[in-house]
Amino acid sequence: MALRELKVCLLGDTGVGKSSIVWRFVEDSFDPNINPTIGASFMTKTVQYQNELHKFLIWDTAGQERFRALAPMYYRGSAAAIIVYDITKEETFSTLKNWVKELRQHGPPNIVVAIAGNKCDLNDVREVMEKDAKDYADSIHAVFVETSAKNAININELFIEISRRIPSTDTNPPSSGKGFKLRRQPSVTKRSCC
Amino acid sequence: MAADVYKQKNEDVPNGSLVPPDRQHAERSESPTPGLAQGTEPGAGQEGAMFVHAKSYEDLTGADNQDVIPRSPYQTEGAQDELTKMEEISKDFSELSTQLTGIALDLEEEIRQNEEDKLDLSPQASRRDSVLSGEEEEDVTMETWRMHQKHVFVLSEAGKPVYSRYGSEEALSSTMGVMMALVSFLEAEKNAIRSIHADGYKVVFVRRSPLVLVAVAKTRQSEQEIAQELLYIYYQIVSLLTWTQLNRIFQQKQNYDLRRLLAGSERITNNLIDLMARDPSFLMGAARCLPMPAGIRDAVSSCLQQAKAKSLVFAILLSKNQLVSLVRKKDQFLHPIDLHLLFNLISSSSSFREGEAWTPICLPKFNSSGFFHAHISYLEQNTDLCLVLISTDREDFFTVSDCKRKFQERLKKRGVYHALLEALHTPFYSASQVGIPELRHFIYKSKSSGLFTSPEIDVPYITEEEKERLLGLYQYLHSRAHNSSRPLHNIYYTGPNENLLAWVTSAFELYVCFSPLGTKATALTAVNKLMKWIRKEEDQLFILSPQTY
Repeated sequence: MALRELKVCLLGDTGVGKSSIVWRFVEDSFDPNINPTIGASFMTKTVQYQNELHKFLIWDTAGQERFRALAPMYYRGSAAAIIVYDITKEETFSTLKNWVKELRQHGPPNIVVAIAGNKCDLNDVREVMEKDAKDYADSIHAVFVETSAKNAININELFIEISRRIPSTDTNPPSSGKGFKLRRQPSVTKRSCC
Repeated sequence: MAADVYKQKNEDVPNGSLVPPDRQHAERSESPTPGLAQGTEPGAGQEGAMFVHAKSYEDLTGADNQDVIPRSPYQTEGAQDELTKMEEISKDFSELSTQLTGIALDLEEEIRQNEEDKLDLSPQASRRDSVLSGEEEEDVTMETWRMHQKHVFVLSEAGKPVYSRYGSEEALSSTMGVMMALVSFLEAEKNAIRSIHADGYKVVFVRRSPLVLVAVAKTRQSEQEIAQELLYIYYQIVSLLTWTQLNRIFQQKQNYDLRRLLAGSERITNNLIDLMARDPSFLMGAARCLPMPAGIRDAVSSCLQQAKAKSLVFAILLSKNQLVSLVRKKDQFLHPIDLHLLFNLISSSSSFREGEAWTPICLPKFNSSGFFHAHISYLEQNTDLCLVLISTDREDFFTVSDCKRKFQERLKKRGVYHALLEALHTPFYSASQVGIPELRHFIYKSKSSGLFTSPEIDVPYITEEEKERLLGLYQYLHSRAHNSSRPLHNIYYTGPNENLLAWVTSAFELYVCFSPLGTKATALTAVNKLMKWIRKEEDQLFILSPQTY
């Protein structure tokens, strides 16, 4: 069976549940007291999609402001970006729109954008209407799904949908596994004393 | 002054030589063990140190204290003057604190009640908060808030709150404003405020432009030690942002709210403060090694050394704040403070337990102007073995990740992985293994290697309070031994619950806790026996042959 590597990065405001989504997908576990991600975290998971094996190389980025400048390093070279917001927090949806803009301007041209409205188990304190989010997602041709990492709702479906949307192998030759060229920034300080 | 600065800078430069340039001769002749010169004491590395050479605790603070605090030439004459001003200020300060907490008790009760109600009504809201900040902020008007042993505040020079250990920063903005006023008031006269001592409290100020750090403590620590802890917190903040970025931000916007950039790091700082009260590593300015057979440690180290990459500067294997192995690039030395910051970062977050983390980190003592990129991962999810690979290249994740894979493969191929896991089962030895009946606990630091060893804190120090009390006693002895105006080499302290002995030479530091029934004479023979035991066990307790790339 053919193995394809799909690079996916997760973006979104801090505390919306990016890591929880990844943990649910990779480990099928959930920790309500999860600590904020520091920098970025890398995980992989291989799933079967039709007659291919899809190995997801997942970059779970930190949502905090001070790591914001690192994001391009992760979305460049990604086949898909999952932008997560919290359905109980209106402002996380505004942050999401900014991420979409940034991807349109600086991201790879054919990147598949998936929008995940997480914490859909907290329907009674919802601030973002499903229809509004869906309309927005349609307007930018993005995958849209409401998820709950806590109750394992729509997590696998989200990744299956990404598998489905990503162009077939012919247009996207398999990479060597070393791929994922991270952008070089000239200002990176090399070793020096004091 | 200029010459002084130059000298300080010079000492900061990592140098491979273990021989401190001056002072040593005098100290050596005074030393009661002339045979134990630095570099030959138990625990001294065979092939050189792994750390930047730090002769003693003062090295860690001394340079820092002097190059920032403006020294007034009129200091001696102005001293009396200053004192009265200080008294005034401390009076103002205590008045202020009563003002802030002067709410009738029943009203407090009511507030608390209301808060509890609120919590009940919105479980989701509080749950969301817990994802972001970890825990509920404390009410600063409460008596319990005032009763804390040690408060820590960080503020910007504009008086804006950056961090508070207890209570929300917003609620404390007026208090922090007063703190900044105190600092500025004295600076206007070309003086610097160091501390206020009143009512059993020490209020210690550390000024590190663009930040001001303040501790309000009623612990037994000396002012110098509290200032050292504040410096650690400052370095902690620098490690997240770099000194360069920190300065640029405030140059561009003086009243910037730094909490935006530090969001999510509160737990790291909180953890650091807690750790400093529990872990003697910070007091000793040294690292503790996981005790294990020397052969296995050497095998692990060579596996780690062989899994190298061009961009790797340091590779550190640790288990719960104890060092298993450290490989460094030749000629590059890690500073104990930087290592402690790494230990703290790892112990403060469970997020490293899954996957492989890749994060920018500044090692402020190594280079405060740039980021390294740290690959942090546990060897296996259910062990405490954590591997930190420090690279200079932020694009090098996959190369570095590959180093980890190679290291693990090699460990298994050479059959040392099992033995390594075995060693994890006994992370501490017991003081009774030394075979001295009245010995309860000790801390021994080899100065040249920057490593220390210490048995498990055992009966009668079972509760957390008792453990912290014992560490408090060590802190007290340490501060007496390292008092800058009158350092002591030998201290014998008799207390109601235990007797302690401190022995500081140019080569090592030893702090020993005995049962209260022992005498000074038995303590002295015990110490000799203990030194022999440490010598005998040194290859288990220390890293004697550190590896380099």
